[in-house]
Amino acid sequence: MKATLTFRWLFYGFALSLLLAGVVLPVHAQRAISDDEVNAIAKDLFCPVCESTPLDVCPTQACADWRELIRTQLAEGKSRQEIIDYFANQYGDRVLAEPPRHGFALLLWLFPGIAVLAGGTLFVRFLRQTIRTESVSPPVAPSHQPLPEPSDDYLAQIEQELSQR
Amino acid sequence: MQETAPEPTLPSSSFNIGNIAIWTAVALILAVIGWGLLNSQATRPEVGHTPPNFDMAFFPTYGLDNQTQTSLADLQGKVVVINFWASWCAECKVEANELETTWQKYQDQGVVFVGIAYADVESKSIDYLHEFNVTYPNAPDLGGRISHDYKITGVPETFFIGKDGKVAKVQIGPIDEATLHTTLDQLLQE
Repeated sequence: MKATLTFRWLFYGFALSLLLAGVVLPVHAQRAISDDEVNAIAKDLFCPVCESTPLDVCPTQACADWRELIRTQLAEGKSRQEIIDYFANQYGDRVLAEPPRHGFALLLWLFPGIAVLAGGTLFVRFLRQTIRTESVSPPVAPSHQPLPEPSDDYLAQIEQELSQR
Repeated sequence: MQETAPEPTLPSSSFNIGNIAIWTAVALILAVIGWGLLNSQATRPEVGHTPPNFDMAFFPTYGLDNQTQTSLADLQGKVVVINFWASWCAECKVEANELETTWQKYQDQGVVFVGIAYADVESKSIDYLHEFNVTYPNAPDLGGRISHDYKITGVPETFFIGKDGKVAKVQIGPIDEATLHTTLDQLLQE
């Protein structure tokens, strides 16, 4: 009797599992992917045909096909990075809006930092050189030089001429 | 009062961190500019020149003599027709039947046709091949490497490689059956 009851509960549990699997899994597999979800990834990819046109706004058939591919892969449960990686692998790094962080393209990421470092170094060196030049340079003669004292003869002559007036 | 002579200053070393940073930045700038120039000035393989070699991993059931992959170098000694196409390309559909008809005629005469699907979704490529009953070998342009090396400016484009392994003709845009026959007859006689 007890064994029959246990078997019955097992049967119900199994039937319920089947029911859930039958309802939930197809719903997950067929989840409708919105255009916004597709475009959130498409904006980080470039059209293969047009020059520098993001995939999310490109009107060509090639881009429409690619957007559908993104939709399919999202529906399959792939992550954003997995989809981006797929496109880079399948169509090349040139379809990526951001240059990859490996290989020669890594230079493009490092370049701004190195440029700032080099520019800062140059600026500091320029400042140091300017300060050093000012500290070791000889005193500069003042631009306002006092007039030479007039001689006594000259003063006597002026006083004489004034007294005659 | 005795004046003190200024202390002699040693010349600074030319290998300090500042110099290294500056020269590194200069080298990087030159490298980036050089890379850009190389990419912008590269042109498609010209007639009489040896084309870039490439590997192909064929679409399922679209291999060459039951091979799933091969390279252009393996086809040396044969006349090779490399056709770049895409399922989204309207002009490719114009030449699709003519390419297949010509392939049927020449495949036993030492001619190999290779279709390269450019920037295409694989399932769409397969649908296209079925739609036009294409039977010659076809492969995707994985990583965009082949189209990059051949500097194609669009699709369709067709390259004819002679038995000597050099480019014999480049067709930009759709090709017609008469041009295909004339070119292949000429190359087979060489």
